[in-house]
Amino acid sequence: MTLSFNHLPEARAETAASQGQTTATGSPMIRVAQLDKVFEGGFQALKNVSLEIQRGEIFALLGPNGAGKTTLISVICGLVRASSGSVSVDGHDNVTDYRKARAMIGLVPQELTNEAFTTVWDTVSFSRGLFGKPRDPAHIESVLRALTLWEKRNNRLLELSGGMKRRVLIAKALAHEPKVLFLDEPTAGVDVELRREMWEVVRQLRDQGVTIILTTHYIEEAEEMADRIGVILRGELVLVEEKAALMRQLGRKELTLHLDQPLNDVPAALAGHDLALMEDGHALVYTYDVTQQEEGTGIAGLLADLEATGIRVKDLHTRQSSLEEIFVSLVRERA
Amino acid sequence: MNLQSVKTIYLAEMARSLRTVLQSIVSPVVSTSLYFVVFGAAIGSRISEVDGVSYGAFIVPGLIMLMLLTQSVSTASFGIFFPRFSGSIYEILSAPISYLEIVLGFVGAAATKSLILGLIVLGTARLFVPFTIQYPLVMLLFLVLTALTFSLLGFIIGIWADGFEKLQLVPLLVVTPLTFLGGTFYSIDMLPPFWQTVTLLNPVVYLVSGFRWSFYGSGDVSIWASVFMIVAFLGVSLAVVNWIFKTGYRLKP
Repeated sequence: MTLSFNHLPEARAETAASQGQTTATGSPMIRVAQLDKVFEGGFQALKNVSLEIQRGEIFALLGPNGAGKTTLISVICGLVRASSGSVSVDGHDNVTDYRKARAMIGLVPQELTNEAFTTVWDTVSFSRGLFGKPRDPAHIESVLRALTLWEKRNNRLLELSGGMKRRVLIAKALAHEPKVLFLDEPTAGVDVELRREMWEVVRQLRDQGVTIILTTHYIEEAEEMADRIGVILRGELVLVEEKAALMRQLGRKELTLHLDQPLNDVPAALAGHDLALMEDGHALVYTYDVTQQEEGTGIAGLLADLEATGIRVKDLHTRQSSLEEIFVSLVRERA
Repeated sequence: MNLQSVKTIYLAEMARSLRTVLQSIVSPVVSTSLYFVVFGAAIGSRISEVDGVSYGAFIVPGLIMLMLLTQSVSTASFGIFFPRFSGSIYEILSAPISYLEIVLGFVGAAATKSLILGLIVLGTARLFVPFTIQYPLVMLLFLVLTALTFSLLGFIIGIWADGFEKLQLVPLLVVTPLTFLGGTFYSIDMLPPFWQTVTLLNPVVYLVSGFRWSFYGSGDVSIWASVFMIVAFLGVSLAVVNWIFKTGYRLKP
């Protein structure tokens, strides 16, 4: 499965130029500055959100239901008006210079919103024309093939399964060759195989220089895909971090030591370590920060102390907390 | 002006009409034929001339206007309501197009469809009764302006409606009664003086009268009053559409 926007010479040149600009100027693809959104009823969905999204990165926006993820995307895409603050896409303000700003964006919404009676081919071609692009059957074909929709091109949308409809929405968003792709919960209700296929498509797009912003409930998805992660809670962007750094900083590691002989209590000689006795005294669980481990102050000291107390270990394993656990603990902390 | 986008919306809307060609074209033609059978032949044969023309010929402009008004409103209202209902409106609102271009696409397609229908009804009518059109250009102007104005009204209803019931409410409870009471089937001279005055408050009277004037050179009110009314209607509809997009009413929170 391949997806290419580069079948036209000018598209190749444009992509190369855009990638060149990334290294030359380093200017962000999307700049959100002090964004507030208060809905008519008084509900404040976004509070002073500022964010920069770099060219060609995959940015994952995480947050519980109602946190403001979709509102933020909707404001950037021009579907919801900001109460204050500004948004620019590749330097174009999304209000005063909305044509240029919006022309760069492809949006895959959360809901399966389709005109039921049109065919796959027609609806994807419609999307391209709507964004002011001339007809290009070759591009539409490559998008449909990449999303394994080619065989279904003459089917009406009401005849498709939920997963297929989701692919159609992605195809529609890609029809006008966007530079930025927003995926709002792209794999909600999608089976594992299709999810992996979609991830593959997203990676291919990123490789071609498309900037990708996705919101997701599946932390696995962010962990798998994202370069950077932003966490939004009650309308506030509480954290933006490189995924690897986030895992490193906030990730907790657990070392479980399976003991030869069970213990009744943690021996006093080991009280200096953050230990818990589990499995009816058959296991000692040591929790530590990854950073601490890197500095060499944690495990080595514990193992030396164990040796000194004469406690024999028959097996051990370590486990690093997933992004999901990091996220849950972050939500709890801020609650 | 992003003509490619306007063309895309316009053609998609026209394609929708073509997909439902039976409802779109056949049913108005059938119902017009029924009007002619009932009013023109059955009842009309017992009515002497009205304003110097046979009753069958007299009702032709009114019937075309009736069809034009109801079709413009229903096509345009459904055209914009359906993407709102299905949620696919997100794509139109996030596209690099202006409000004017959105309106041009939707309203242009609805007006085109009702214009074609109006001409089809005109042709159907000719099969039933002989008549001549004294001022064909004025007739066409009225046809275009009315189709445009009422398609704009339909567009407004399609945005205002938050359910299928409301979508039907205005066409059923406002447009159809006003058209029936707007001199479609009678001259307002036939009414008692009090009701003649009341009828003058009905804006459709001016449209039917002006349209009839273009056929037979006479109407219930002066042609200039009719022209003024249709232009005023158009102005009000445009102002409301402008307000909708400026405030984001029911489109952009």
